Order: sequence, then C-alpha cells, then structure tokens
Amino acid sequence: MAQAMFRIWRGDARGGGFQDFTVQISDGMVVLDVVHQIQAEQANDLAVRWNCKAGKCGSCSAEINGHPKLMCMTRLSSLPLDRPVTVEPMRTFPLVRDLVTDVSWNYEVKKRIKPFQPRTPDAADGTWRMDQRDVDRVQEFRKCIECFLCQDVCHVLREHQLHREYIGPRFYVHTAALEMHPLDVANRLADLRGPGGLGYCNITKCCTKVCPEGIKITDNAIIPLKERVVDEFYDPVRRLFRIFRPKPQPPPAKGAPEAEPEPTRTAASSSAPR
Amino acid sequence: MAGYETHTYDVLVVGAGGAGLRAAIAAAAQGARVGLVCKSLLGKAHTVMAEGGAAAALGNVDDRDNWRVHFADTMRGGAYLNNWRMAELHAQEAPARVRELEAWGALFDRTPDGRILQRNFGGHRYPRLAHVGDRTGLEMIRTLQDHSVYEPKISVHMETTLITLLRSGNRVVGGFGYEREKGGFLLFRAKAVVLATGGIGRAFQITSNSWEYTGDGLGLAYRAGAELMDMEFVQFHPTGMIWPPSVRGLLVTEGVRGEGGILKNSEGRRFMFDNIPPLYQSHTADNPEEGWRYTQGDKNARRPPELLTRDHVARMIMREVKAGRGSPHGGVYLDIAWIKEKLPNAAAHIQRKLPSMYHQFKQLADVDITEQPMEIGPTMHYMMGGIKVDAESQMSTVPGLFAAGECAAGLHGANRLGGNSLSDLLVFGNRAGEYAARYAAAAPPLEAADADMKAQADQAAQEALAPFSRSRGEGPFQVQQALQELMQNNAGIVRTQAELETARAGIAELRRRAEHVAVDGNRGYNPGWHTALDLRNLLIVAEAVATAAVQRQESRGAHFRDDFPAKDDGQGLYNSIVARGAGGAMEFRRQPLRPMPAELQQIIEEMK
Ligand SMILES: Cc1cc2nc3c(=O)[nH]c(=O)nc-3n(C[C@H](O)[C@H](O)[C@H](O)COP(=O)(O)OP(=O)(O)OC[C@H]3O[C@@H](n4cnc5c(N)ncnc54)[C@H](O)[C@@H]3O)c2cc1C
Ligand code: SF4
Ligand code: SF4
Ligand code: FES
Repeated sequence: MAQAMFRIWRGDARGGGFQDFTVQISDGMVVLDVVHQIQAEQANDLAVRWNCKAGKCGSCSAEINGHPKLMCMTRLSSLPLDRPVTVEPMRTFPLVRDLVTDVSWNYEVKKRIKPFQPRTPDAADGTWRMDQRDVDRVQEFRKCIECFLCQDVCHVLREHQLHREYIGPRFYVHTAALEMHPLDVANRLADLRGPGGLGYCNITKCCTKVCPEGIKITDNAIIPLKERVVDEFYDPVRRLFRIFRPKPQPPPAKGAPEAEPEPTRTAASSSAPR
Repeated sequence: MAGYETHTYDVLVVGAGGAGLRAAIAAAAQGARVGLVCKSLLGKAHTVMAEGGAAAALGNVDDRDNWRVHFADTMRGGAYLNNWRMAELHAQEAPARVRELEAWGALFDRTPDGRILQRNFGGHRYPRLAHVGDRTGLEMIRTLQDHSVYEPKISVHMETTLITLLRSGNRVVGGFGYEREKGGFLLFRAKAVVLATGGIGRAFQITSNSWEYTGDGLGLAYRAGAELMDMEFVQFHPTGMIWPPSVRGLLVTEGVRGEGGILKNSEGRRFMFDNIPPLYQSHTADNPEEGWRYTQGDKNARRPPELLTRDHVARMIMREVKAGRGSPHGGVYLDIAWIKEKLPNAAAHIQRKLPSMYHQFKQLADVDITEQPMEIGPTMHYMMGGIKVDAESQMSTVPGLFAAGECAAGLHGANRLGGNSLSDLLVFGNRAGEYAARYAAAAPPLEAADADMKAQADQAAQEALAPFSRSRGEGPFQVQQALQELMQNNAGIVRTQAELETARAGIAELRRRAEHVAVDGNRGYNPGWHTALDLRNLLIVAEAVATAAVQRQESRGAHFRDDFPAKDDGQGLYNSIVARGAGGAMEFRRQPLRPMPAELQQIIEEMK
C-alpha cells in the first residue's frame, strides 16, 4: 500500500497552523477518506463536517491544494501525491475549528430574499400545469447543494468582505430560481439591485468554475438577472409602462410591500469595489 | 434554568429531515412555538440523499391508480405486518402532501400535459413516484427548508444533538443536549417532543446511510420508556456501489432499474427471471421484451423481475455471488447501457434521466454508465422498525412523545417499498406536528417539572463528560467499527440462530468496552467525543435488532432466516415489541396483529 503526506490545517479562531500526517492510501480513495482515517487513528478530535459522502449534501467543502472543493468528491488520483496535499477550511467564513467554518451568514441572507409566491392554480383541483422546458431551466438552479464554495471563491466576499451589502453567487442562483420559476409572481429585482448588491459582481466566473453541481452560475443566473434589472429600471419604455401599469399584482399575501429602489449603485456598471 | 442555556417551546422537534421539517411547519400552523434541533446544518439531513421519488397515487401517468391500489401494494410489500391504519392514511393523504409541496415551490418533472410526472418503482403496481430526476430528496428538503425559514414561530438550533429526553412522572417535558461548536449544554423545556431522527445505518459496516444515522431517536425513546417495534426488519437495498472500497455501500438508485436497467451475473445471464415468488407471479413479466415495454410506459405490460421487492432482489444477488457467479469485487452487474439497442439517443437519455448516477460512477469509479455495466451489491439502507406510534397522532407509548419518519415504525411492516418513505415523512410528519401542537395546548404548565428536569440534566451532563476524564482507554471509533463488523457479519441479510446469538453476546461485550472509551481534546467540535456519545444509542438499537431477529423463527419481508427459510403464518403474524424492563434489561414480547376492517380486507383481496 502506498503512502501520502497530508498537511491539514488545525486550530480555531485564536490561531493555528498546518499539521502533517502520513497516511496509507488505497485504490479509489477520496480526500474525505483520508481525513476520516486520520480522525480514527491519529487525531480523534480533528473537526470536519460531512454527511452523505456522495456529493449530495454540500457539507464537506474545503480548500484542497488551494482549490475550493468537496472533500468527498476529490479523488486522490486527481492530486499530485509526490508532495504534501494541503487541506484547509474555506477562507471566506469565520473559522470554528480545524476544517469547520461558520457558514451561518448564508442562512441569514436567505431569509431576506422574498419567498416563493405562486400564481393562482390553473386547475379546479388546485394544481398547476407547467411545461417541462420551463421547468428544466429552473431545475438547473435547484440542483444547488448549498456547499457555499461559490461564496468562498467570490472576491467580493473573500477579499472585500462585503457581507453586508452583497448576497453572493449562491443567492443569485437562489433568486434566479425564484424569478424564473414558472409559477412565481413576486418581484425581487429592486432587492437585487439594492441590498442584493448585484452591481458588485463583475462576472469573473470564478463561482461557475468551482460549482460541484456544474451550475452555470454566471451565464444562466447572474447575467440574466442583471439584464432583467437593466430592463426594469433603465429601459425608458419599460419605465413609462411601469408608471401606468405598475407590475402585475401579486396575490395579497405574506411579505413586505415592495421597496422603492434606491438609486445608489448602477446595476449595469460592472465595477467591483477596489 | 440555572447552569444551562435554556429554551422553552410548546413543541420541540428533534431532526430536520423531511419528517422533522414537515412536523415543525404543521405545529407552527397550529400556533405552537416550535424549537427545531438537528445534528447537522439545515438542509443536510439524510432526506437530501433520496433519489428515486415520493410515492403518491396521483394517477397522473396511469389513471387506474388510486389510494386503494397504493394501500394494497404497501401491505403486500410489508408482508401484512404493517399497521393497516397507517397504510390507509398514508395512501389517502400522500397525494395532497405532494401537491402541497408544489404550492411551496417544488418543481417536479412533468408529464406531456404539464402535470407531475410519476415513475415506476419496485412493488408499486402503477407509475407512482413523483420525482425530480434522481435528486428528489434534495428538492423536497430544500422546499421544506425554504418554506420554514420564513416562519417566525420556528426557531432552529443547528448542529445541536439531543442526548436525553427529560421526563416528569411518565410524561416527556423536554430534552437535553449539546451544541457542536463549543460543546456547551442546552436544556429545552417543551410540552411535547417530536422525534424525527431517521435511521440506524451506522450499526452496520456497509450502508448507504451517513454518520448521523446512529439510531438516536430510538435510543432516546427507549431510555424514556417507550416501546420499539419490528426491530428485526432492516432493509438491505440490492444495489449499492461495491468498488472502489471507499464508496462501498453508496446507493445506486432503483430508478436505474425503473428506467430499464437489468441485472446480470458474471456469465451474462439475466438471473432475475429464474425465481419469481408466487405472490408476484401474476404482476411480473416472464420475458425481457415485456419487461422493457413496461419500463417505457406500456400499460399492458407487466413489470420486469428487477423491480420485485428489495428483499427478494437482494437475496437473489447474494445467491449468485455465493454460487460463484459474481463480479470481481463480490457483486453482480447492473446494466443500463444496453438500452442503446432500443433507443436512438440512449447515452443522452441516460444522462438526463439519471444525472447523479452518471456523475457518481464517472467521478468515483471511473465508470461511464452509458457505456459500461455497474458493479453492485446489497447495502444496508432503511429501518422499517422503530418507535411504536399511534396511527392517527403519531404519539408513542410515552405521553408527550411523538415520532415520525424513519425512526417511527408501523407503516412499512416487514419491508418498505421504495418511494414510500418520502411520502411517509410528509404524511406523518404533518400529523405528528399537528397532534403534538394540540397535545401541547392542553398540557399542564412546565414549571412543576423544572426540578425533575434539572436533576436529569445534571446527571446526563455528568455522564456525557465522563470520557474526557478517562486518561487511558480505547478510542470510540474502534468500538463503533467493532460493532459495525459484528452486526454486518451476524445480523445481516441472511441470518441464523447461532450468528444472532453471537451478535447478542458481542453487543454485551462491546457495551462494557464502550463504558471505558476515552477521548482526546476538548469539547469544541470534537468528533471523537460525539462518537463516544452516539455509542449508547447504537448499542441499544443493535441489541433490539438482534433480540427481535432471534425471536422471529421464520422468514418474512426483509428478515431472512437460513434456518427457517419459509414464511410461517402460524406463528409469524405478530409485531415484535422491545422495551426496557423494570430491572433495566431489554424485554421482548409478541403483539398480535389487530384485525383489519372488512373494507380494507376486501381491497386486499381485490388487488391480489
Ligand atoms: C441514498 C438514499 C436514497 C434514498 N432514496 C429514497 C427514495 O428515492 N424514496 C424514498 O421514499 N426514500 C428514499 N430513501 C429513504 C429516505 O430518504 C429516508 O428514509 C428519509 O429521508 C428519512 O427522513 P427523516 O425525516 O425520517 O430523517 P432524516 O432526513 O435522516 O433526518 C434526521 C434528522 O434528525 C437529526 N437528528 C438525528 N439524531 C439527532 C439527535 N440526537 N439530536 C438532534 N438531531 C438529531 C439529524 O440531524 C437530521 O436532521 C433513501 C435513503 C437513502 C440513504
Ligand atoms: S462572477 Fe460575480 S458572483 Fe461569480 S465569483 Fe465573479 S464576482 Fe463573484
Ligand atoms: S451554486 Fe454551486 S457552488 Fe454555489 S452553493 Fe450551490 S452548489 Fe455550491
Ligand atoms: S459529504 Fe455530502 S457533499 Fe461531501
């Protein structure tokens, strides 16, 4: 059996450093197997999050040799093993311990996005009719496993730490899923442009590159959302139209009244904060 | 309460999978303040892994389907040990629960006329599973999660593990646990508690289940005095990955067979045609051509034998392997690539219908399923047994304690049909939440119970911290692995008296070892410590499985005894019950089946 060297980040908010472990490896192993082996044999208290070990739950996100990845889907055969493999926690989020970070911010962000609001049912029995083609488009976004790797890699969060004014690629995907949902009648464009901070995204596509679900975050979610925002707020014809007929009325339901857009940032500008 | 961070709720829901989330939503809808605790982050529970779909007799694809057929299928699958009232409620209410998800934003695959599409699955007479490709569980959990986060009455405590229930007299009045991040203790005062903690997979070595499945709900309920039922019925899914070793056990969805996948042995023979049980002969195709037509939606065709119940398929695979006709790594072949003989765009079709399976094999095993067969073998998958509950309310035998989802027993009898779990979560999660809220509204105030709670919490805290004070002892992972090996080898798919006795003796020995495990480090996010605490529940469920399995001297559903290979209605028509006796030891009894009302009996006769 072959050996490999793993250099794993250990520590908590007060500080820490890399610790080296020599491990036995076998056919088909993934990084999470190595972490588990170390946990069982060398460091019982090595902290790691995981659930499914099948790339389905999005718990085991980490940075492997500097690349944001799911540990359970990263095979050792895809890594150069002639030098130590580094495994460290996602850097964009505050550290809890070892490989575990505090991702609670993401859960708070979601609560601020207007919930799904369906149109009245199409059939007398309270059901709807939808075309598979319309469903397909949104199903791409609904594949998201909330691994937050895209949030980890996005420079607006990672370098500029704009957690208060920017919701990040995961939540553009979420918003796109709602906005393009065949049944949804709510309007989230003003929120995207304002508190959602869509203008900060300068389409670097780093998020798309790391998404383990292969969601085309930039092309299929962010760019269409940007276009919608432009249409909604900067197209003079649309604007006139809006004055006379202010958006199809959502059924009276939960949710706050629509906020007037604040003209602070321009959605069309793609300048990122420096 | 002095000493511990304390929260007070009307209803405490333990578990945030499909059952727990649905229960929390239902309880909040009744006006209850709800606390929701889960071991992982929200949205990561096991339900996220479900692939195939949720069974509900919507009749969208075949209008001959209705609740009666679903009821009869469920009972037949469960070898008639099911709680018939649960099977009836489940079949009747599942369609409304699935449609409700759509109203909350779920996007199921569609029929050509725009309704919810349904797929074939083992044991279901008509296409019945509402699905989203092969990631139905993700769609379901995300829909429930996104619906519940806007509910102000629900407070979520993520990465929090309950270690004991708190009682006053014979009532349950709350729970006590720890949060992962810092390891601090939390005390929950609650008028009612709903357990929705899922299964027990970690008691076995080869399983499709995650680390969370340590049978906590069953252990908590048992220690609080509740009865557990049907513990011998452990489902082994016929198709788990077997190679490479690191993915051994990982599920290969039944959807592969539903889309036309076939099983072959090393000689290339489609062995499932060799042995079709009499109970199913009239519903099963007797030639490959008819089987194929069935998977392509021909209403006049009967289903291929690959779609017989899971227990049967799993044993057929074991038989091939034992007879020396297995694949190189001890399984058989599951082939979907062959459908290119039948369909023009087969590769694209497979990728669209089974995207996660395509990626799972490509990424983890270097196998392209559109070109090559998969190597598969049985994997421990689901626990039919669990906490005994009342059919309507889901209350256990302990007042104030409710249970729903995989940790509850009754709906599935001796064997669960695929797809009946996701619908189970919705139907009975909803009921548990609603009845727990109603119970809480009428329950006495909690103040009188505070002294009891404090005393029990103190004791639980002391026990929980003991592993830190043992300077030299075995690690918890070693004991857990020994238990998994013991159960895999002695209480698995094919059982005998001698092996089951070995399991029981081994469990007693492991319990002694568990009392001496030591853990390193401190209380902050420490998996060693968590594993040490989980051992207690794992050992309880393992003992319950072995005890009930020793007692059932016949083969039925998922329970197969090599020394009693036949079904024996003379002595087998009972539900097994285990509970903690007065002296602390596990006690076993047989509970006769309740007679079924004539109208349900008649449905079963008609559908035979
Ligand atoms: C790979 C796979 C595929 C499947 N496919 C299908 C399918 O296609 N169709 C189908 O019907 N069924 C399927 N099943 C079965 C089904 O997914 C499960 O039975 C079901 O999801 C269980 O849901 P649940 O709500 O009972 O529990 P879970 O979703 O497992 O949730 C359990 C919850 O309890 C929490 N918990 C556990 N212990 C504690 C504790 N001590 N303290 C606090 N919280 C605790 C956990 O953190 C978690 O939140 C599949 C199962 C697997 C493993
Ligand atoms: S494309 Fe936009 S959201 Fe994605 S990483 Fe770049 S800046 Fe961030
Ligand atoms: S969009 Fe992709 S990368 Fe981002 S959280 Fe979802 S699955 Fe992860
Ligand atoms: S453990 Fe679930 S995605 Fe890795």
